[in-house]
Amino acid sequence: MTEHEPQTSLLDAQGVSKKFGAVVALRDASLTIQKGQIVALMGANGAGKSTFVKVLTGALRPDTGHVRIKGEERRVGSPAEARRSGLLPVYQEPSLIPDLSVADNLRLADTPVDDFRHWVAELGIEGLRLDDMIGALPLATLRILDLARALAAKPDVLLLDEMTAALPTDLVDKVLRTVRAQADKGQSVIYISHRFAEIAQICDRATVLRDGETVGDLPIAPGVEEQVVELMLGTVLDKAPTRDAATGHGGKGEAHVRVRHLAAGSKLEDVSLDLHRGEVLGVVALEGQGQDELFEALAGMIKPTAGQIAIDDVPVSFSHPADAIAAGLTYVPGDRADGLLMSRSVHENIALPQLARISKWGAIRMKAEADKVAAAIDRLQIDTRAMGEVQRLSGGNQQKVTIGRWIAAGVDTLLLFDPTRGIDVRTKRQIYLLVRELAAQGASVLYYTSELAEVPAACDRAVVIFNGKVVDVIEAADADEPTLMRAAYGLTRAEGEPA
Amino acid sequence: MSRLITKHGWTAGLLSILVLLFILTRMIQPEFGASGLDSLSRATLPFAFATAAMAVVVIAGGIDLSVASMMAVAGVTAAVLMDGAGDGMTVVAVIVVLLIGLAMGAINGALIVLTRVPDIVVTLAMLYVWEGVALLILNAPGGAATPWLRQLIVGPFLVPWLPKSFVFLVVCVALIWVPLKRSKLGLSIYAIGSDELAAYRSGVAVGRTRIAAYAVCGLFAALGGLTLTLSTGNGEPIPGPYLMASVSAVVLGGVVLGGGKGAILGPIIAVIILRLVRMDLTLMSVDPNVTTIVEGTIMVVVVMFGGVIAYRGRQK
Repeated sequence: MTEHEPQTSLLDAQGVSKKFGAVVALRDASLTIQKGQIVALMGANGAGKSTFVKVLTGALRPDTGHVRIKGEERRVGSPAEARRSGLLPVYQEPSLIPDLSVADNLRLADTPVDDFRHWVAELGIEGLRLDDMIGALPLATLRILDLARALAAKPDVLLLDEMTAALPTDLVDKVLRTVRAQADKGQSVIYISHRFAEIAQICDRATVLRDGETVGDLPIAPGVEEQVVELMLGTVLDKAPTRDAATGHGGKGEAHVRVRHLAAGSKLEDVSLDLHRGEVLGVVALEGQGQDELFEALAGMIKPTAGQIAIDDVPVSFSHPADAIAAGLTYVPGDRADGLLMSRSVHENIALPQLARISKWGAIRMKAEADKVAAAIDRLQIDTRAMGEVQRLSGGNQQKVTIGRWIAAGVDTLLLFDPTRGIDVRTKRQIYLLVRELAAQGASVLYYTSELAEVPAACDRAVVIFNGKVVDVIEAADADEPTLMRAAYGLTRAEGEPA
Repeated sequence: MSRLITKHGWTAGLLSILVLLFILTRMIQPEFGASGLDSLSRATLPFAFATAAMAVVVIAGGIDLSVASMMAVAGVTAAVLMDGAGDGMTVVAVIVVLLIGLAMGAINGALIVLTRVPDIVVTLAMLYVWEGVALLILNAPGGAATPWLRQLIVGPFLVPWLPKSFVFLVVCVALIWVPLKRSKLGLSIYAIGSDELAAYRSGVAVGRTRIAAYAVCGLFAALGGLTLTLSTGNGEPIPGPYLMASVSAVVLGGVVLGGGKGAILGPIIAVIILRLVRMDLTLMSVDPNVTTIVEGTIMVVVVMFGGVIAYRGRQK
């Protein structure tokens, strides 16, 4: 770590910790920034980045530690006070009011109009009228306007959160150049990004968070990517895979679900993958790389803008989730509440997909179904005291119900979106086993996880998506965390990013 | 110019419907003239203030189910204070009533902000609270209204076709709404209705803005209650049918339930349209129960129509 003179630090956060109940979000986070510096704030999923940002912006009060801006203690207060204190964040979702005009939005935040116009022009947006309604403007323009509004407010420290996501290349270039030029004139910037290339291009230092702790503060130099990845990972513990090596089906035979050049929404650009019968195919991606759109397109919730989906070589197109279900694709969303009847019993929830299937023929054969359901519940190892209402189960047990119901019902293709988020280790293992069991029954499973360590434990292969495109396909045997992490950050195994 | 028309297209459409309805009224009732206009305008007055009250909170992304009850509190307070009052006392009474309105609204807003209970629940509860308060002040219709104040909303103003009550409405709404709309507070009200998170991040004090919106709602409701007492001559503690009428008019007036969009002119034209429809149906001696069915149908059709337009807009 580098030593900094506290007096010269424009922003100085030291020993920040924050607990939410029993969950420790931040242990010992620190960050310093001098005048005219751009500091990258980095960390893997769950490292505590977003909590740290909330503390820095004054939205959360830290349990211990301090945040000082120009030597003055940061007080928890409204964003209006935070703006006056000198740290101005620009978030991923633009903070402009959709039903107001550009001019009204400027007035709302007391932004000087001439400065705003200057920055808008500088950042390459042409033909903007101040009486344009925000709601009618494209997202990329809104992000630029948000940045222009922040620059016009002349903050001491500017915090940019994934500023270049959802921007076309020419605008990314303009943004990077403008931000660097401002830093050279004395503007300090905290830069949060998953893109190493951008960090290498404009940042002076990188502060790395892991498990709520600042584990490194490195000057940006050639080869720093590797160091950062290592810091983000820490010591990777050897975890015995729960997967039986003999069951691997990776890439054998004809693909059951074939996806070619799929694009959807603003983030998913070009994804091709083959999902075989009996295979668990992992999807690895940092947040917001297009994985949400991939799953939603496969589940028939959004329409792809380009590309094809084929099931057993028959091209399909979904205009409604019911079409996807009819084609055998079952989506289990990350938010468990979306898929369960929370106030009904475990029995009913497990029987539900079968009831839906059978109702077409009229009567429900109660006895046969009851037996299947009972068998499934037995396998789930759920605490029977809470069987009456699903909402009384723990999150992990709820998740077991969402997956276990498909063991009872039988499933063709299962789309699992981050099924183990926020679940304890023991239950996680049971979930991997359930997933493996489904695959052993011949189901195809597409498995997105935000935890890299799960890939070797639950999957046969993994596709890595970065910036809306597949950048790598990795066999489970090779899928250790460093390999996956590098791939997820767009650092290819062969060449690495030029500094 | 075309932008101006798209922006005010809804209001322009409402105005033409209003003109058509007036023509229709003349066809049904050839003798409908200045005096008919005067009584229509006076009868519309409390409805119009209720609508303005509702419009403000709906723009802010909320709803206030206690509008009619607040009107009752204001109405009976005015009737009690003005009973046998002199000129000075009458002026005091008006000021007190308006302040009570502001306070009732602010209490509604503060409860919503502080307890974080949904607005629909809080104001449903407050509907009963304010109703009880009104009955405590006056447990049966009674009190009185100062005659010279009553004259403010009776008869024509300058020309025979312009009812005083209409001028009163325009002046009151303009005095409150125009400065509000131009102020930062007005902008903030639109902002929290449109996107609360973005408003918060733009530095808007969301809680305070919401309380202010409800306070303005209370102020308009107080004006509604006051004019009700002025037009009938006594205070009525049981709330009138102003809740549904105001919601219908707000929706028909182009204010989107959910917030952020619309203004106050549209809802006020809409409330006149709805009163006129009711009057025409009565003139055609249609069953009054059918009239409520017609009103409900208009509301559903309007909301549906608005949804189609919004959808088309997004498709483009």
